[in-house]
Amino acid sequence: MRTVLIALACSAALLGSGRAGAQTATPAQQDETSPVQYIGGMPPMMDTAAIGHVLLEQLEDRWNGSGHGFRFDGQGWYGTDYDKIWVKSEGEVDSRGRVGDGQHELLYDRATSTFFDIQAGVRIDADSGPTRAWAAFGVQGLAVYFIDVEATAYVSDRGGAARLKASYDLLITQRLILQPEAELNLYSASDRERGVGAGLSDIDAGLRLRYEISRKFAPYVGVSYQGRYGDAAAFARRDHESTSDARFAFGVRAWF
Amino acid sequence: MSSTISGGAPFGAIGRRRFIQGFAAAGTLAAVTAPGRSLAAQPSLSGTVFDLTIGETPINVTGKKMVATGINGGVPGPVLRWREGDMVTLNVTNRLAAPSSIHWHGIRSPAAMDGVPGLSFAGIEPGQTFTYRIPIHQSGTYWYHSHSGFQEQTGVYGAIIIEPKDGYADKFDRDYVVLLSDWSDDDPETIVSNLKFQSDYYNFNQRTLGTFIADAAKDGLRKTIADRRMWGEMRMSPTDILDVSGSVYTYLMNGQAPAGNWSALFRPGERVRLRFINGSSMTIFDVRIPGLKMTVVQADGNDVVPVAVDEFRMGVAETYDVIVEPGADAYTIFAQSMDRTGFARGTLAPREGMAAAIPPMDPRPLRTMADMGMGNMDMSGTKDMDMPAAPENQDAMQGMKMEGMAGMDHGAIPGSRSDLQQSVAVDNVAMAPADRISEPGIGLDPARRRVLAYSDLRARIPGDDPRPPSREITLHLTGNMQRFIWGFDGKKFSEAEPIRLKFGERVRFILINDTMMDHPIHLHGLWSELENGQGEYRPYKHTVTVQAGEKLSYLVTADEPGMWAYHCHLLYHMEMGMFRTVVVS
Repeated sequence: MRTVLIALACSAALLGSGRAGAQTATPAQQDETSPVQYIGGMPPMMDTAAIGHVLLEQLEDRWNGSGHGFRFDGQGWYGTDYDKIWVKSEGEVDSRGRVGDGQHELLYDRATSTFFDIQAGVRIDADSGPTRAWAAFGVQGLAVYFIDVEATAYVSDRGGAARLKASYDLLITQRLILQPEAELNLYSASDRERGVGAGLSDIDAGLRLRYEISRKFAPYVGVSYQGRYGDAAAFARRDHESTSDARFAFGVRAWF
Repeated sequence: MSSTISGGAPFGAIGRRRFIQGFAAAGTLAAVTAPGRSLAAQPSLSGTVFDLTIGETPINVTGKKMVATGINGGVPGPVLRWREGDMVTLNVTNRLAAPSSIHWHGIRSPAAMDGVPGLSFAGIEPGQTFTYRIPIHQSGTYWYHSHSGFQEQTGVYGAIIIEPKDGYADKFDRDYVVLLSDWSDDDPETIVSNLKFQSDYYNFNQRTLGTFIADAAKDGLRKTIADRRMWGEMRMSPTDILDVSGSVYTYLMNGQAPAGNWSALFRPGERVRLRFINGSSMTIFDVRIPGLKMTVVQADGNDVVPVAVDEFRMGVAETYDVIVEPGADAYTIFAQSMDRTGFARGTLAPREGMAAAIPPMDPRPLRTMADMGMGNMDMSGTKDMDMPAAPENQDAMQGMKMEGMAGMDHGAIPGSRSDLQQSVAVDNVAMAPADRISEPGIGLDPARRRVLAYSDLRARIPGDDPRPPSREITLHLTGNMQRFIWGFDGKKFSEAEPIRLKFGERVRFILINDTMMDHPIHLHGLWSELENGQGEYRPYKHTVTVQAGEKLSYLVTADEPGMWAYHCHLLYHMEMGMFRTVVVS
């Protein structure tokens, strides 16, 4: 191919004028329908490269005046514009070192519209409590007014579940950002051992004020609220845990 | 200030919001770059045989020692002075660890000499030398740069001056290259990765609670809420001007940061020709020299009927030659980025060591509905077309498109595609792309200064090919800002078929910019004859900046066979897919 083109170039007779003029040459013997053969089999640019990121949305200590708890919530992905592997993980560690609310997901993510992706995979509830496994199917993206949303449905032999998450970044200044955020968990059936109840089981919400020292590193302060409802509230009372818990939160949001 | 530009490094809010003016510690600076450094100090090569070596080159732009990719040990590379009518031979050796290439931007070479890996040749492997042989049948100011990876961002670029065979149409006493570029200490791969995560990563001029209160006080609360709702429904930002800003870039003039003050000397009364080249990767510049009228005599290497202006906008890869007649003072050559986050600066002075005042940057522009391709409507008009707050905006947008089209009486848009819809790669389809050929661009105020518009460009000689076009090719410039995906007709390069032209045919390219960004579109190997209302004196260009929401056209004669690159010259847009292969056969 290269030889052909060089030959063409050398045979080009040039009709110069005030500016580079029309040049005559033998048209390349390239058929209208034949696919383009890139020289060296090399396309001129790569727009299909895979890119990966990890976002640690919440890495925080929660304090209610009498005790501390640590909460983490993050996600990471790797892939092309259209297809990605997506991992999500959240949970909390109480002052006695028990891990609770540990939900971990491994998903395939497919971009399907301007602002939304669909996701499918598995969720494993793994912490100090008994382990559960779910099939997961959801959507994630940017809703109108720049609201980040995640809505995921889960099924297992124990029934169904759903999780809804939403957050919004309100820019107070270019670097000082107030973020209201909420997560709702719903279940079709109560699971006494894991402390979740049928219907709306629990809410984890927060209002965090972060300062972006850089885009990728932002310490924050805020308040968090955890509420349990229905059977979940009953299970909490049984275990002498609160059903409604507001705490100070401070931590960092980071990504790389 | 400011070696602190890498992500994660601590910096003050003010320090970060101001752009990086460069390594300004006076004592050390003098040793690195003497103030008043002129073109004489800038390497320049002339003749017919040139040896260029691409290699790692130490550079210190911000006070931090970095390694650039330079040519013959410099960033920019040497100015190449060619003569029209010569056959030039360029031996380009690659001393980098990665494959490289040099593309001669705007030069009408045989396809094999165009320097695009995969299309013209196989690239230059590390340690190898490739010999380009190009018969020169044009004159003017051009430039060269790598077409491999992000090497253009990291320093592989330089100027080309081709002396006309029959002398210059415009007399001048001396000439200088003014090559504008953008430098970042951050790795281009990091920049792209950051933009993929957060497309407004480098925008520190976003709307905030503070601007909401200010707007509400000025325009009223209802109007401000309606405005924020509208942008929120579209999930777009009117502050989206350039994707990469002065928060990470230092803008250079002939390789010098603003603090380095690149200087050009003249004798009072002389006519000085300044050859402006926008060799940046992602920055559109607005250029002026306070106190001097600039007479534009050439655009993209082709002479135009002289037009005196105060200011002109340069898309990436465009060139403009201007002639100035300075008096006995020093003058600041001021090139501010379109998003007003920084500037490149130099001095035109009768003696060494002089400097003039640096003007403040102009107000930042905001995008409007016209930039969304919704026609030149004012905000009160858009309020009536408020979109229903549907959870998934696609239906709403399409509904609006239909109503908008019916209501706005713009008629059918010739060549617009009804099948182009919002998708993963398309966040907007212009309903009523506008003729903006006589608009200098957003943020430029023709009432304040005489600003060049495309419609001002009138070729000195009539076009070579009087044939009307035998067909039209309509292309939409499309993108999804949130996902940082760019393409034509909703497709990235990897998803699209090449554009095929018959050898010798005359074609009209119609470009419709559906995105909210301005895109400098560059067709390799063939001239783009801009249809700007000047009839047969339409200007010949190699790069045509299509403003947001604009529809324009140019004529192309496919008189050189081969595979040619066709792309947006914003480097990260190109690499993300705004690229096509044009096959002439």
